[in-house]
Amino acid sequence: MEKKEKKKKSKSKLWMTVAPLYIFTILFVVGPLIYMLNLSFMTRAEVWGVVKKFTFDNYLKIFEPVYLDTFIESLKLSLATTLITLVVGYPFGYFMAKLSAKWKKIMMLLVVVPFWTNALIRMYGWIIIFRSNGLLDKALIGIGMTEKPLKLLYSYPAVLVGMVYSLLPFMILAIYSVAEKMDWSYIEAARDLGASRLQAFLTITVKLTLPGILSGVVLVFIPSMGLFFISDILGGGKIMLVGNLIRDQLFTTRDWPFAAALSVVLMILTSLIIMLYRKITHVRDLEGIL
Amino acid sequence: MKNKTRLPHLYLALLMIIMYLPIVVVIIYSFNVSKQSTIWGGWTINWYKEVFRDSSLIEALKNSLVLGLLSCSIAGLIGTIGAVGMVKATYKSKGLVEYISTLPIMIPEIILGMVFMVFFSLLRLPFGMITLVIGHASFCIPYVFMMVKARLVGIDKSYIEAAKDLGATEVRAFLDITLPLISPAIVSGMLLAFAMSLDDVVISIFVTGAKTNTLPIKIYTQLKTGITPKINALSTLMLLGTLILVILSNVIGKRKRV
Repeated sequence: MEKKEKKKKSKSKLWMTVAPLYIFTILFVVGPLIYMLNLSFMTRAEVWGVVKKFTFDNYLKIFEPVYLDTFIESLKLSLATTLITLVVGYPFGYFMAKLSAKWKKIMMLLVVVPFWTNALIRMYGWIIIFRSNGLLDKALIGIGMTEKPLKLLYSYPAVLVGMVYSLLPFMILAIYSVAEKMDWSYIEAARDLGASRLQAFLTITVKLTLPGILSGVVLVFIPSMGLFFISDILGGGKIMLVGNLIRDQLFTTRDWPFAAALSVVLMILTSLIIMLYRKITHVRDLEGIL
Repeated sequence: MKNKTRLPHLYLALLMIIMYLPIVVVIIYSFNVSKQSTIWGGWTINWYKEVFRDSSLIEALKNSLVLGLLSCSIAGLIGTIGAVGMVKATYKSKGLVEYISTLPIMIPEIILGMVFMVFFSLLRLPFGMITLVIGHASFCIPYVFMMVKARLVGIDKSYIEAAKDLGATEVRAFLDITLPLISPAIVSGMLLAFAMSLDDVVISIFVTGAKTNTLPIKIYTQLKTGITPKINALSTLMLLGTLILVILSNVIGKRKRV
């Protein structure tokens, strides 16, 4: 009897413990998101600010060639980034899973450390490498591969390298976390039954690591559209991402409703990808995110 | 046969070198005498002295530290208490709120930055430390929440039952039993949150005022205007700081306390 009473009492106090989280979430996550949705249907005021006049124009504006092109270019860059991180990161995660326990730990730490260090600082390192007459130019001229500086900084390849570089750890960790748990006996069985290495890889390994591939793709693709500072620093503002577009609409053009509409579209795109991912893999959390 | 086993190792090593190359380059050039990164002029520690002489950098460092401390403390409080409550709660809204509360680390940072910027100006909050703290707390809370929750699921409930049977109140049992058990998770979650706050540039750009600079904002604006080896020195110091925090977080998080 006494125990039951206690339990009831603790239940009634439970709301006090979750209240701060609920309040913060509703006030500072739900609130801003709803306001963004609201704002995307408002009209921009003549000079400064917004007018509460319902309109669809902000969404229609995205289809204007200038903005649509930026959106498509940004999507292409994100797809290219995702594809390259997959091609480069897959073997890495796969080989890592085959290492001894001690080396696994060491590699894990080595992969995670750059990931926690400031992204700006790592981009800054690439500036020094890519600059005209910088380290890469000197090295290439030194071994006679080129005679003139390549002028790689402030170009598309530089931005692509920066994007791949900053998002690669996500892919590696996602692949590794699946490959590490994989049952290698399936592959041995396939090999014993006469499958070639390539056959065994394509039919078994790829299938078994698919959840990792998918979660890596999601973890790379989603942030890639917003990394405006990479195109700022390594692209010199020549390459526009959706992120740059949103930033410019906020700070330069000051068309907040349009920026909100862009964000809503990006948010919907993000949610669709996550939902699709959950549907395919039946996993609620992304593999290897923490 | 030997070749076959070497190739993967070669690949791992090569990629590792590329991964660390930009970081190593930044560190080495922080000791460069020459002002230009295209010329190597010999070793010096003058740029480090310059960093400490620059009062605007010291101001930015102070801001970053205050911001990091405040937001990770808020995250520690809300995240921990929230996780403790959420594990027991059976509300219908639980799953949804839990999902939404982790959104700040799921959606692209730029969206979070943008929604905060427009929302804070709607509320007419003065842009500066207050808005920075709220913005940073939003992405710090999920780290603490997720780590503490994972730890709570793993602890043996019989300890708490025993304490209660012996007459301990709910609060007492929490303070004496649960808290010591989950404290490594709290501390490591908070350290991680602190490191994330210290490194954040995207959210900060959107929610800071004209007068409040944090270190990453300072680095960002200097990278866009002119580059001096002073930034290399500053970056190296920041790398060192983050590294210490992450290692500390790992060591404390893995320590088993009974």
